[in-house]
Amino acid sequence: MKALPKFEDHSRQDTRYTTCYMCACRCGIKVTVEDNKVRYIQGNRNHPVNKGVLCAKGNAGIMKQQSPARLQQPLMRKPGTERGEGEFEPISWHDALNLLTDRLAKIRSTDPKKLAFFTGRDQMQALTGLWATQFGTINWAAHGGFCSVNMASAGLYTMGHAFWEFGDPDWERTKYFMLWGVAEDHASNPIKMGIEQIKRRGAKFVSVNPVRTGYQAVADEWVAIRPGTDGLLALAMIHVLLRNDCIDQAFLVRYTNAPWLVVDTPGQKGHGLILRDKKGKPLCWDQDTNAVTDASQVEIQPALFGEYTAPDGRPVKTVMTLLAERYLNAQYAPENVADRCGVPAEQIERLALEMAHVAFKETIEIECQWTDAYGRTHDRFVGRPVSMHAMRGISAHSNGFQTCRAIHLLQILMGTIDVPGGHLSKPPYPKHIPPGIKPAREMAPNTPLKSPPLGFPTGPEDLVIDKQGNPLRIDKAYSWDAPMANHGLMHMVITNAVKGDPYPIDTLILFMANMSWNSTMNTSQVMDMLREKGEDGEYKIPFLVVSDAFHSETVNFADLVLPDCTYLERHDTISMLDRPISEPHAAADSIRQPILEKDRDVRPWQEVLVDLAGRLKFPAFTGEDGKPRYTSYQDFIVNFQKEPGIGFLAGWRGENGDQDLRGDPNPQQWEAYAKNQCFFVHHLEDSQKYYRYCNQDYLTLARHAGWVGSTDPIVLELYSETQQRFKLAGQGLYDGPCPTREEHKDRLTRYFDPLPIWHPPLEHDRVDADAYPFHAITQRPMFMYHSWDSQNAWLRQICAGNRLYMNRGRAHSMGIEDDAWVWVESHHGRIRAQVKLIEAVEPDTVWTWNAIGKQAGAWGLSADADESRKGFLLNHLISELLPQKGDGLDNVTNSDPVTGQAAWYDLRVKITPAKPGEVGSWPQFDQVKPLPGMAVSPSALRYQTHRAVNLKRSLWDVLMRGKHRR
Amino acid sequence: MRLGLVIDLDTCVGCHACAVACKQWNTSGTTGPLTDIAAYGAEPSGVWFNRIRHYEVGDYPNNKTVNMPMSCMHCEDADCVTVCPTGASYKRKEDGIVLVDQDKCMGCNLCAWACPYGARELDPVDGVMKKCTLCIDRIYDETLEPEDRQPACVITCPAHARFFGDLDDPDSQVSRLTRERAGQTLMPELGYKPTNTYLPPRVTRPVPTDDVRRKSLISSVKEWVNQAIVR
Repeated sequence: MKALPKFEDHSRQDTRYTTCYMCACRCGIKVTVEDNKVRYIQGNRNHPVNKGVLCAKGNAGIMKQQSPARLQQPLMRKPGTERGEGEFEPISWHDALNLLTDRLAKIRSTDPKKLAFFTGRDQMQALTGLWATQFGTINWAAHGGFCSVNMASAGLYTMGHAFWEFGDPDWERTKYFMLWGVAEDHASNPIKMGIEQIKRRGAKFVSVNPVRTGYQAVADEWVAIRPGTDGLLALAMIHVLLRNDCIDQAFLVRYTNAPWLVVDTPGQKGHGLILRDKKGKPLCWDQDTNAVTDASQVEIQPALFGEYTAPDGRPVKTVMTLLAERYLNAQYAPENVADRCGVPAEQIERLALEMAHVAFKETIEIECQWTDAYGRTHDRFVGRPVSMHAMRGISAHSNGFQTCRAIHLLQILMGTIDVPGGHLSKPPYPKHIPPGIKPAREMAPNTPLKSPPLGFPTGPEDLVIDKQGNPLRIDKAYSWDAPMANHGLMHMVITNAVKGDPYPIDTLILFMANMSWNSTMNTSQVMDMLREKGEDGEYKIPFLVVSDAFHSETVNFADLVLPDCTYLERHDTISMLDRPISEPHAAADSIRQPILEKDRDVRPWQEVLVDLAGRLKFPAFTGEDGKPRYTSYQDFIVNFQKEPGIGFLAGWRGENGDQDLRGDPNPQQWEAYAKNQCFFVHHLEDSQKYYRYCNQDYLTLARHAGWVGSTDPIVLELYSETQQRFKLAGQGLYDGPCPTREEHKDRLTRYFDPLPIWHPPLEHDRVDADAYPFHAITQRPMFMYHSWDSQNAWLRQICAGNRLYMNRGRAHSMGIEDDAWVWVESHHGRIRAQVKLIEAVEPDTVWTWNAIGKQAGAWGLSADADESRKGFLLNHLISELLPQKGDGLDNVTNSDPVTGQAAWYDLRVKITPAKPGEVGSWPQFDQVKPLPGMAVSPSALRYQTHRAVNLKRSLWDVLMRGKHRR
Repeated sequence: MRLGLVIDLDTCVGCHACAVACKQWNTSGTTGPLTDIAAYGAEPSGVWFNRIRHYEVGDYPNNKTVNMPMSCMHCEDADCVTVCPTGASYKRKEDGIVLVDQDKCMGCNLCAWACPYGARELDPVDGVMKKCTLCIDRIYDETLEPEDRQPACVITCPAHARFFGDLDDPDSQVSRLTRERAGQTLMPELGYKPTNTYLPPRVTRPVPTDDVRRKSLISSVKEWVNQAIVR
């Protein structure tokens, strides 16, 4: 080997660890820095999330740091200019925070609900939620209402954990993996790593998706389903499993509410509720004694199926009886759903039976002594190695909650939950069903809320409505419009506030959320709403505060801009109180630490929140001397305790830093994390790894760590009594609040059900399917998903102008050629876009990459950037309200009627060729003006941290061209 | 020694991680910077050593999407080297890596015309040709940990679809994978003898259903009543 030159001087470089934030995946990264510039970002091999790998986004971190769109300093809208004109002037942090403190103090001391605080994809909801609770406003939520609430809620109300971030397939052991819908969002690298792992082991990978891109490209079998019919497919597969008796009866008896007795008195109060004893304990039918008995006992023989008479004379049926009666019905037979789903009956039946084969004929047994929650020891974990994952494609439909429940039902009937090879929960999950927090309702001036603004209702009495039944929250979460809106409805805040429905507000704070562009429905009109003034000449939303690190379209509408740092410049916690980085068999959390010195007058948003909390004298942030209790965000993280021994970070607790999960504050906690490459892992014992809803050793640990309130077993809920309570309220048969308006009664009766149902997405029922024959859906590309700056100079070279993808055969039948410009029209609006014809989409669906389209001038882009000339948003076609029909539903959110999840994917459109000469995307908007002090975007970029060192060659080598043969 | 890459088309999901990792490492690497033009403007473009192409095979509904990362194949008979008028392009004796001597290249573009794989990238600002170096400044940097002495694209790949090694060594992982998975080179008929090898998608095992399919299907709940299962 000939000596090579020293290519770079490592002595000038420094390597530090932190956590990536190019998306929501939270991978560990090792950053090499040279002269306060990033030389290289590499995945951390020791990290539990990414184990050394890193995606395209993570690898593009350098260009996030180089972005000309980085905000430089706090800004105020220039006096005398109108909102949205983009005229700003600098303001000092001192003045900005004084001004904001004065305004907020006034709101807090008079009418706290006049502050609405909504945050984007921030992953610091434990802090922002605490802040809102201490402020005393119920008008707080993060972006889950337009993202993940259907998945989180369906999971938490069914099995105590969820798809999304609360669980994972057992990649190591699963033999059959079914992926429902687009899932490139959560979580980026672990799913890619998992898919490779299962393919290497020869497991089968089936993908259910109208579009075959991304992960679906490598699936062994593609199910080209029509959008919004996944729930019907799942229920049809349940039908096949029942007909062939392929259900895990022992699992159902032991771990689910399948044997519980349900009162069967249709039309009467109490119908459909669980039969309970005087203490409220659910009852089952004991086949030994032929009598009802406490269903939580063990060593009894509960009837799984059967109809009985309760001691009070009421007829009762077991949950499993109701379930089987419903899904054995021919309406769920594969041949009867095939047309609707666009999936052949043969394929539906075969897939169900393939899963049954793997579950019951390829069962895994792991020898391991473990103790169940009742104290009985077992010598093995039995695993049914079928696993699933679902996310956006299910979540973003108005039937998403029920669909996700249907998928969970399918998993549970085969006994695949938290078993080897199945779907595993991730600490701090599973939790009891549902978690025991109720949403706050009462507010008083200068007083914290009694509970957090968001929680988990179990019946109509938990709704956040007034005595007349009207919504109390600005987004109408937990109202009859969306009773189980556990993540709020951020997508309704601007519309409702501008209408003053249910009331006007004073100040709206938005953090890291692009609510005037790609994160809102009905983009054009929402922009107008932000500019809308009342008769008094005042803006309908009087004061808009935006915190972001970049010059987004929404920053342009701010009255006050508070510039945030980038992820390489700040401290952060990825907390066990929020959405930690746990793996199925390890509880884990992590931090970010500054890698680079700031070169702008910007502050981390969490630092600003802690500062404001002290200034506003929130009790939890104020010392006995009346002065702010915490000197900084880091100080807050170390010393704040939610309950004794439990804080934001679970590692290195206790005075000496030697306690895991629970312990006194450790003043050296940040340093301990930094020393351990910025993450903490607590590995579970072998005996704690499975059946955790009924695993004594695990539940004891979970209780100690504050993840659950008791060590009682968590009973999986095939049958949701919460759903039935709302249904009864709709029928006027509930002992408690009932709606008075007909449309509410109808929605509760129709869309709530204790056993999963399928109904067409709401938009499909309110528009003419013949007039709008296509489904239109969006995805984010893997190289941009959750990456909040697709202005990234490297990533935008992969795609800067999105296309409307159409099935080639279908397009040709309409006379539409490849690359043609077309008009896309919905019930709500029209856009112009350029098509790309492909095979990989089912013929009734068109789709595009979301959020590639940008407003000219935003994000540091030039006026002629592809993002604004060629890129487009489907958002213009999607109304935040249901399609108008002149009925009581006209003013109701275009969302899942159960959870308020924004129904992005319900959209239906028609497509017509554009006329000759009609080219370029439409609509177009005024160019956003550059901000004061902002860097000019360079045309040529030549990033390097040191001069390149060329290889030295001899003249002979030059003449011979090395090893060249000819 | 014949160093090269083996790329698994069975697991490549087309995520572009390898392409961006390459960009990131090499812009400060031995032939950096990898210039970007119109970085924030219309039709942005830049120097990339590795690009991901996406192909469709078959017609709906029997179509499949194939993701195809493509970089320099480090050919045994590299025409890009033959045509170079200045001797800037060369193939290293020690390991077969094809490189461009940045001091001798005059940016004439002949090599780009000669390469059928589109692996050559002209830097319009430097006026010289750049290309994949197999991360020569990583694989031979002994100050790096042994597991880090691999090309950036291989280290980063989330789907573990990329492997680096000596295809002359029959016991290497890359040779073994090529044998076991019937690895193929691209356009071998052109005769350049590319080193990089692609592993075709695996064939799925059939999952039997006969052993769970009931002859007489359950039609009523009654068929399940009175079964005894101890809780």
